[in-house]
Amino acid sequence: MIFDVLIIGGGVIGCCIARTLSKYDLNIALVEKEADIASVTTKANSGVIHAGYAASREYIRRNLCIRGNKLYTQACEELNFPFIRIGSFVVAVEDKQIKYLEEERKRGIEDGVPGLELILDKEKIKYMEPNITDDVIGVLHAPTAGIASPYELAFALAENAATNGVSFFRNEKVKRIARQNYTFRIKTNSKEFKANNIINAAGLYAAKISKMVGLDYFDIMPRKGEYILFDRNALHLNKILFPIPTKVSKGILVCPTIHGNTFVGPNAQNITDKKDISTTEAGLKEILDGGRLLVPNLPTRASIRNFAGLRAVPSTYDFIIDNTDVYGFINVAGILSPGLTSCFAIAEKIEEFLELLGLQLKIKENYNPIRPKPERFKDFSKEEIDEKIKQDPSWGKIICRCETIPEKEILDAIHAPVGATTVDGVKFRCRPGMGRCQGGFCRPRVIEILSRELYLPFEEVTKRGEYTNFLVGKTKDLLIDKSERGVEE
Amino acid sequence: MKTYSADVVVVGAGAAGLAAAIEVKKADLSALIIERDKELGGITLQCIHNGFGLKEFKEELTGPEYAQRFINEVKDSKIPYLLDTMVIEITKDKKVYAVNNKEGLIEIQAKAIILAMGCRERTRGAINIPGFRPAGIYTAGQAQRFVNVEGYLPGNIYVILGSGDIGMIMARRLTWEGCEVKAVVEILPYVSGLLRNQVQCLEDYDIPLITGYTVTKIHGKDRVQGVTISKVDRNFDRIIGSEKFIECDTLLLSVGLIPENELTLNAGAEISKNGGPIIDNNLETTIGGIFACGNVLQVHDLVDLVSAEAKRAGINAVDYIEKRYGKEELSKNKIKCTAGENVNYVKPDFINKKDLSQDIIFAFRVNYPDRRVQIQLKDEHNNVIYKRKKVYVIPSEMIELTINFEKLEKKPESDNIIVEVIPRPEVLIEEDEEL
Repeated sequence: MIFDVLIIGGGVIGCCIARTLSKYDLNIALVEKEADIASVTTKANSGVIHAGYAASREYIRRNLCIRGNKLYTQACEELNFPFIRIGSFVVAVEDKQIKYLEEERKRGIEDGVPGLELILDKEKIKYMEPNITDDVIGVLHAPTAGIASPYELAFALAENAATNGVSFFRNEKVKRIARQNYTFRIKTNSKEFKANNIINAAGLYAAKISKMVGLDYFDIMPRKGEYILFDRNALHLNKILFPIPTKVSKGILVCPTIHGNTFVGPNAQNITDKKDISTTEAGLKEILDGGRLLVPNLPTRASIRNFAGLRAVPSTYDFIIDNTDVYGFINVAGILSPGLTSCFAIAEKIEEFLELLGLQLKIKENYNPIRPKPERFKDFSKEEIDEKIKQDPSWGKIICRCETIPEKEILDAIHAPVGATTVDGVKFRCRPGMGRCQGGFCRPRVIEILSRELYLPFEEVTKRGEYTNFLVGKTKDLLIDKSERGVEE
Repeated sequence: MKTYSADVVVVGAGAAGLAAAIEVKKADLSALIIERDKELGGITLQCIHNGFGLKEFKEELTGPEYAQRFINEVKDSKIPYLLDTMVIEITKDKKVYAVNNKEGLIEIQAKAIILAMGCRERTRGAINIPGFRPAGIYTAGQAQRFVNVEGYLPGNIYVILGSGDIGMIMARRLTWEGCEVKAVVEILPYVSGLLRNQVQCLEDYDIPLITGYTVTKIHGKDRVQGVTISKVDRNFDRIIGSEKFIECDTLLLSVGLIPENELTLNAGAEISKNGGPIIDNNLETTIGGIFACGNVLQVHDLVDLVSAEAKRAGINAVDYIEKRYGKEELSKNKIKCTAGENVNYVKPDFINKKDLSQDIIFAFRVNYPDRRVQIQLKDEHNNVIYKRKKVYVIPSEMIELTINFEKLEKKPESDNIIVEVIPRPEVLIEEDEEL
């Protein structure tokens, strides 16, 4: 079978393109090298949906961000992923910064960012965000900025895309791309795909994929950002708090998450190793120090997790969204911030490209844009809980104590289209292990459920794919293995 | 919605919950135990090592054996219990809401509630260890469950951070299973668990103990490949240049326990600095008729002490129902108990003045080890009302004192008494006495 479109990369961009194109009568495939979609940059970023004033006017990412932000309203209605427009503050603590904020506001309004407002009344600022530093003298308020769960968005997109016929292939790393009579042959570690068009949304590895078809005109550099996540209820913020941005990043922010936690981060560290997602002592100190400039009473004792993510920074410092000279090969590369915000606008651009490439973009009769809202125990009233358990007893078996996740939600996560196959896959879809005990109690239970539902031996359940097994074997098996090995030696 | 009623609802069927429920039943009141796991016994079921029961039964038992004695008594006395049942809410007027997969939502109207939810382990995130986030990082208790209950090994070569009791016990347990424990690393200059575990679990098996160090980086992108440990200074800051790399495929964390009080908090009870609810001398929380015992109140060193405390909670809950239920609110006439020098926390947080004629049991831990000390209680005017000598104190041991204020020569002259552990003024070794 020859796919009309093959998307390389299952991050939020690849998934968003897949879902956007899934409304057309096209054969679409998405290949992802990791064991799950949303496993690299999508899973470890700030999750902020930016208003759009921040990027410089010379960059295409400015307008894509402003457009992308607007598209979130409808997307959220259709896809039912967690997203709230809580608004953001850029915090000025020195007089000269006010001038800068005023310029940003003016430019933003001109370019269509709604509701931008410079607030200089300290009392009002404090009322809107009581935890903000006393040093604040003014803020740029962007009411359309919001918070989303980036990986839950990616899962929603993938689920809806799969429902509308997109084929997802995980654990497929692209090794080679050849071209024959306008058809690409894409060799992966275990399969060979054929496709007429390729969309390269390979994130950190986009330059490598581009080079496979002979297009060597940009590079992607990893830029690490470290984060610390605080326990729910340790600190409640109303607004996303940004410092005045620097040349390289929007700075270290303090931000609530959609699930009621708060995080501080990220810093920005240019590195060379695309797999180096380690946190560092210096980095963690840097983000805490940075965060305290905005919120002096950071609940450092209530930290539950530190993590780092890598931004895919292109050598051009702007999104590379090109209908390239290789006919049918589209680059969607270097999607750094505000990539999450821009994803729906980027997908619109890809629709245009495909039309230019001569594809018939005819909407399918049975296209269903709706991805039903995942049912959550926490959202139910007591009466509803009772009703639900009567319909399906697995609602009544609580697996994760910290986040109150019943077995049913885990089963749904596993059996959803493009469902979870790993413990992290379950964790990122429905949150067991995201709470304060970090899976201390529920992890064995989640492993047990995955083992049962996927017909996997207990010890072959992994954290996030190959080489990440939790267990090395049964207690007594190991002794037998060892003695046998001893004999051979 | 299924409804039950019981005089006393006991939340949790570990060592604390079982003992408390038995006392309630002995007084001919009805108790109902709610347990989230699939069997009675709680964490003791995975503690298959010995050393339990020396105080309670005057013999040495394993964890499951210890639990079984209480389980048998619960079953023999026909105390009802619900398994696989999770309490989702406790209200001030002592309604308990729970769910399980057989009955759906359950509402129980109780006259009194005993909280016995136990504690959870501190994680890597709580102590913010930098590095990668590979597979192969477990809390010691989680590894214990995998090995002892599920029958699986989490790894082959281990480093254990923290010399808490579970960490040391797991070092020995894993050695027995043919695994290699490269080191037990402790940030403090001394072992944080019990001395007997240091001897029986580490020294007897030649497992290296590295004190004054901590893990400062976790290596390995997929599976743990090793850890960097570094020496720390007095403020626990890393000493640059002291780093050592230890190769391993698994890191276990035994870095402390935290009482699990989410339900307590949501019910509206106040929580003290140690993470447990604020209680008076009757183990009663700031909500009248809701009592707390076991590790949900304070992390105990010995399960025997948990059982003893839980029995008191059971008896006090009975007393509440018989004498005070539906009558009056908590007494306002109280003496506050405060942790002073070298005391981490002290329980109870308050003593009801009307109870001063009874034996009051104080429990506390010290912040740092010391030798030849004097444990004393004083009032705000520095009048020492009680003192006692002790040869040594260590943070891993919970210290209990039973004091009857009426029998004391001096009476406190303030509504705040301070418990402190100070160097003994004059050292006379002959007079040393053990508590």
